Amino acid sequence: MTLVGAGLALHASQVRALPSQVIRAPGARAEPEFLAACLRCGMCVCDCPYHILELATLGQDIATGTPYFVARSRPCEMCVDIPCVKACPSGALDPELTDINQARMGLAILSDHETCLNFLGLRCEVCYRACPLSDKAITLEPQQNPRSLHAMFIPTVHSDQCTGCGKCEHACVLETAAIRVLPRRLTKGELGGHYRPDLPERIPEIAQ
Amino acid sequence: MSTSRRRFIKLSAVAAAAAAADITIPGLDEALAQNAPDASIRWDKGACRFCGTGCGVLVGVRDGRVVATQGDPDAAVNRGLLCVKGYFLAKIMYGADRLTRPLLRMKDGKFDKNGEFTPVSWTQAFDIMEEKCKAALKAKGPSSVGMFASGQWTIWEGIAGAKFMKAGLRSNNIDPNARHCMASAVAGFMRTFGADEPMGCYDDTEHADAFVVWGSNMAEMHPILWSGVTGRRLSTKHVKIAVLSTFTHRTSEAADLEIIFKPQTDLAILNYVCNYIIQSGAVNEAFVKQHVTFMKGVTDIGYGLRPTHRLEQVAGNNGYPGADGKPKGDPNAATPTTFEEFKQHVSEYTADKVAELSGVPKDKLEALARIYADPKTKVVSFWTMGFNQHTRGTWANNLIYDVHLLLGKISEPGNGPFSITGQPSACGTAREVGTFAHRLPADLVVANPQHRATAEEIWKLPAGAIPGQIGFHAVAMDRALKDRNLNFYWVCCTNNMQAGPNLSQERFPGWRDPANFVVVTDAYPTVSAQAADLVLPAAMWMEKEGAYGNAERRSQFWRQQVKAPGEARSDLWQIMEFSKRFKTEEVWPEDLLAKAPQYRGKTLFDVLYANGQVNRFPLADVGKVNAHAIKGYSNDESTAFGFYVQKGLFEEYAGFGRGHAHDLGSFDQYHRVRGLRWPVVDGKETLWRYREGYDPYVKQGEGVKFYGRPDGRAVIFTLPYQPPPEPPDNEYDLWLATGRVLEHWHSGSMTRRVPELYRAVPDALVFMNPKDAEARGLKQGDVVRVISRRGEVQTRVETRGRNRPPVGLVFVPWFDESRLINKVTLDATCPISKQNDFKKCAVKVVKA
Repeated sequence: MTLVGAGLALHASQVRALPSQVIRAPGARAEPEFLAACLRCGMCVCDCPYHILELATLGQDIATGTPYFVARSRPCEMCVDIPCVKACPSGALDPELTDINQARMGLAILSDHETCLNFLGLRCEVCYRACPLSDKAITLEPQQNPRSLHAMFIPTVHSDQCTGCGKCEHACVLETAAIRVLPRRLTKGELGGHYRPDLPERIPEIAQ
Repeated sequence: MSTSRRRFIKLSAVAAAAAAADITIPGLDEALAQNAPDASIRWDKGACRFCGTGCGVLVGVRDGRVVATQGDPDAAVNRGLLCVKGYFLAKIMYGADRLTRPLLRMKDGKFDKNGEFTPVSWTQAFDIMEEKCKAALKAKGPSSVGMFASGQWTIWEGIAGAKFMKAGLRSNNIDPNARHCMASAVAGFMRTFGADEPMGCYDDTEHADAFVVWGSNMAEMHPILWSGVTGRRLSTKHVKIAVLSTFTHRTSEAADLEIIFKPQTDLAILNYVCNYIIQSGAVNEAFVKQHVTFMKGVTDIGYGLRPTHRLEQVAGNNGYPGADGKPKGDPNAATPTTFEEFKQHVSEYTADKVAELSGVPKDKLEALARIYADPKTKVVSFWTMGFNQHTRGTWANNLIYDVHLLLGKISEPGNGPFSITGQPSACGTAREVGTFAHRLPADLVVANPQHRATAEEIWKLPAGAIPGQIGFHAVAMDRALKDRNLNFYWVCCTNNMQAGPNLSQERFPGWRDPANFVVVTDAYPTVSAQAADLVLPAAMWMEKEGAYGNAERRSQFWRQQVKAPGEARSDLWQIMEFSKRFKTEEVWPEDLLAKAPQYRGKTLFDVLYANGQVNRFPLADVGKVNAHAIKGYSNDESTAFGFYVQKGLFEEYAGFGRGHAHDLGSFDQYHRVRGLRWPVVDGKETLWRYREGYDPYVKQGEGVKFYGRPDGRAVIFTLPYQPPPEPPDNEYDLWLATGRVLEHWHSGSMTRRVPELYRAVPDALVFMNPKDAEARGLKQGDVVRVISRRGEVQTRVETRGRNRPPVGLVFVPWFDESRLINKVTLDATCPISKQNDFKKCAVKVVKA
């Protein structure tokens, strides 16, 4: 009994740290609140028109009965009417989310500059064109290729626009994706509070 | 592995740069040696299988299989870079469903039009082909047999195919898929300059101050060329890019000036630009006086629809038979005119009028015109299918030349109109070899008796062997099959059932008609193959020795690297081997044989290929010519026929152009270099045609000479705006434009078999403005029907992503064989070029 109890406790502590490739449905609250609110009813999974969402089963490193998807397998299609959120009876998926572009399921990060074809000068940019918010969530930044007169087009993710739908990671043509969607806590840096990059260029009071 | 390869490329680039600067870098050779690639792989040069950019690739072979491909750092076109399709070249030959045996529709052991595809031997396959072809010839003569060719054929496949059809079977019913892609460009070149293909080259991108892109999504369709353009703008701050299109796409994203115009009004905008140039005093008068002449084209030319169509019955100059049985005019006709008359004509195209017609704000029109008119700005205009796939495509091409000719901005570094090709050898094979229904090699045409005589002499054929009657063009072939006028049809290296227009009404019925026999040669079971009666398995790309000619007149060769699977054979072998089935007596009339009694009793193989010229290079030469690259090299066609087939075909063919401003280099030279841009005179390529100092055909003191025309002058054409044939109305209330995506090549028969590319873009969606979707009660992802008067497809709505159409227009790509958008498109062509307009027809979109 004790051993089983210890095992369950260990399992519980593991599931609190959601595996990094697992993404929650749009509107999911921060993980502890989500787990507290989610009824494990599966309504969101039933109403996902593309059958993207799945329910975690016993033995997975995800709280049993909670909804999730893995972007590399099947990304969120970003339905404009967000049926999964509408289906949620408990508010675990925040009903305030009415514009899918405001969803923040995770954050894409171009994690490997050594294998990304664009950094090798190739014209790939599959992630950029797959992005439902291309030119906003992912832009292409042209750079001079030191090897030739050709430009390189570097996909660049913008965290204020990226919904974390995972289309980019799904579409990446490499054997292992060079761009991936991770929980925002794992990707987003945080500046020191003393540094203000959004400061206006000139402060009128002290302008010469 | 990948890191060391990248490091190797970097080091190679450093070495190349150092060599160019004539300096040595200590330790570099050692570093290169340490980082040398896997010695078990044999590397050789090649050309990419996909678009007309013509990137050079390195191909790595181990144990008889292509195991690696990468951009060739020594190729001037791409300097080691590739697009994502090129990245996957190594996988295109290895799809799980490669065709490896001939397949014939059979029932009870015999051919049956409605039978099941059954593997047969090559002998059986050729037996039934021979039977059906000879039956058609006997019943109705050479006009009842035809071949659909390809801008993806190798140069020698084009030569062998053209000779077999035009001289062997004596039918000009051979036309390439390039008809759908480049015919308007060709007609534009021939009318304005009297010679096909661009005067400039890719080096133009390194010199231009401005780029104007008309009807071309280069960012997706010519990826490496586009990175050259973008690179130029990055490195040189004043460089500007203007992009004109009927919808916003990935090329527009980079535009300094984006112009979205209403479909077809590009004709009006071009006339406006000419007007602005004249009104602002920007005409280069000395250039116009010395190098230009003025012509006025006939109008009222129809839309290339069937003669029974309402629009054709009222057209006065469509060339169709009128009530008296005589042709109604000639759509290609033109009469001399003057600068004053031209000026008067374009003066009607004011900014106000054109702004209203095109929907483009006046300030944007003026900004565009200023780019052209500024004497200090060197301008390159690029275009592709927006101009060419246009019911006035020839006119659009003529009009862009008007703009450049008025300014004298042509045929010099950084200044010029540049028609980009779509296919890897639309230029090299379809155009230069002349695998069109009206063409012969090197800009000669079948309708000209002197040109035919030249071809007959070079090919060692009796006078009159080549018929003067122009054959069926691509769209006419569909109609002739449906009308039972074309009864034996061989489709090679292209997937026209998917690619051609209006397939349900105009193509499929003819293919499946028991009166007709259709053969498809392909590497994979495409939609076309599945609609055929006999499918012949093709060797592809590195499974045969090849040559392609790209958009900048660069001819590039490669060696056969691996064997084709199973019994698959190259198109070249198939055509030559099949030619053995015909005795001259069976296909040539007695009067022709009487002029060449030595050909009596001979086969077409003897007459066309074993003619003392094509077979003059012995088998041993195959190894000798290529020994520098592969020891003990040979290729399958030469082994099969016992002589160096490719060299013999090429050298005989090169006789058409040498000394006539279409000079190709020597066969052996091409196997050593990374391509050469013709004319190649004394082993030297030509970067800018028609300009003294660059073009060996322009003599000292002549400056500029458009020698394609007898008077040495290019033509400025007077041509108006005219409306398209099928604008949206109350019921079919949207424009439909079709096109490609970067990830897939044409109909996807190769790229959709690469799992990564399939996953990247699995389905063709209908791209739609969110307002249009909302107005129809539709939202992103909804399943809808896209319906025209001709057919419909079902797909999903996409209101986001790569293409952003304006209100009133939808875009559907055509790569997806599960959603054949060409059931919906209209078979209206430019009446001059006979190229189909895939960019404009009326559809409605409703919820499924």
